Amino acid sequence: MKGSLIILSFFATGLLLGAFRWLPPSLLDYNVSFYVLCALMFMVGISIGCDPDSFRQFRSLDNRLILLPVMTIAGTWLGVIAVSVFIKNRSLADCLAVGSGFGYYSLSSILITQCKGAELGTIALLSNIMREVITLLFAPWMVRYFGNLAPISAGGAATMDTTFPIIIKYSGKDYAIVSIYQGFIVDFSVPFLVTFFCSL
Amino acid sequence: MFIVIACMLAGMVTGYMLRRRKLGHVHRTILTLIWMLLFLLGLEVGANKTVVNQFAKLGFEAFLLAFGGTLGSVLLAWMLWLVVRKKSLSR
Repeated sequence: MKGSLIILSFFATGLLLGAFRWLPPSLLDYNVSFYVLCALMFMVGISIGCDPDSFRQFRSLDNRLILLPVMTIAGTWLGVIAVSVFIKNRSLADCLAVGSGFGYYSLSSILITQCKGAELGTIALLSNIMREVITLLFAPWMVRYFGNLAPISAGGAATMDTTFPIIIKYSGKDYAIVSIYQGFIVDFSVPFLVTFFCSL
Repeated sequence: MFIVIACMLAGMVTGYMLRRRKLGHVHRTILTLIWMLLFLLGLEVGANKTVVNQFAKLGFEAFLLAFGGTLGSVLLAWMLWLVVRKKSLSR
């Protein structure tokens, strides 16, 4: 819980500084977050590489974990279908198109804006940012109540980059390969699934 | 994307070469970088005019979809976890 609160406070501070322009947004033009992410991944790599157990644990992973991306995609659709009951003014296909961003907000919002207009595109942007933030904030809680695979599934398409370090921290280093694999597959599926639901 | 993975692989090789040394500060560095990344994510989202201006109007709908999608995938991942864990426990 303490970990989540610290994470939330850093996110919220950034949000406020950005929204009220207390920090010049031109800071973002230099792509600082990309370099931080690279540094972070390098450090995570060191922590995996220097642990003699991690390579042994890779091999002991269950083969059925290969199904995790299917669970992520199917689970997202089922959840979206369930909440679409409460969203009266949108079609089910529109809701599924937004859900099929799986947290990949940049690509899904651009695709949806192009074929369905700016309003649904903005919903896709907001919704998929929220999915990423929910994963980052609640990863420790998800591991505790729903097992080590839960934050990987929640992270959707981002589990090989932005949410990866958090997943490794809470699910354990032996799930690094599962996280990268699931991120890769889900990430790849986003353009196909989003355009499919937009064309319905 | 691939640059990011390449950074991790480079880290793994470095870590493997340094495995005989104590690397206590690595975890502290990781945590600090995670905080920095989240701060920057917040900054990016906060500075995005579309997000801030449309939030009141479309935020609730977006939240419902994000919540439903995340919860659904967490529940199915949990089912897979229960199946996989049973096997590893019985071994």
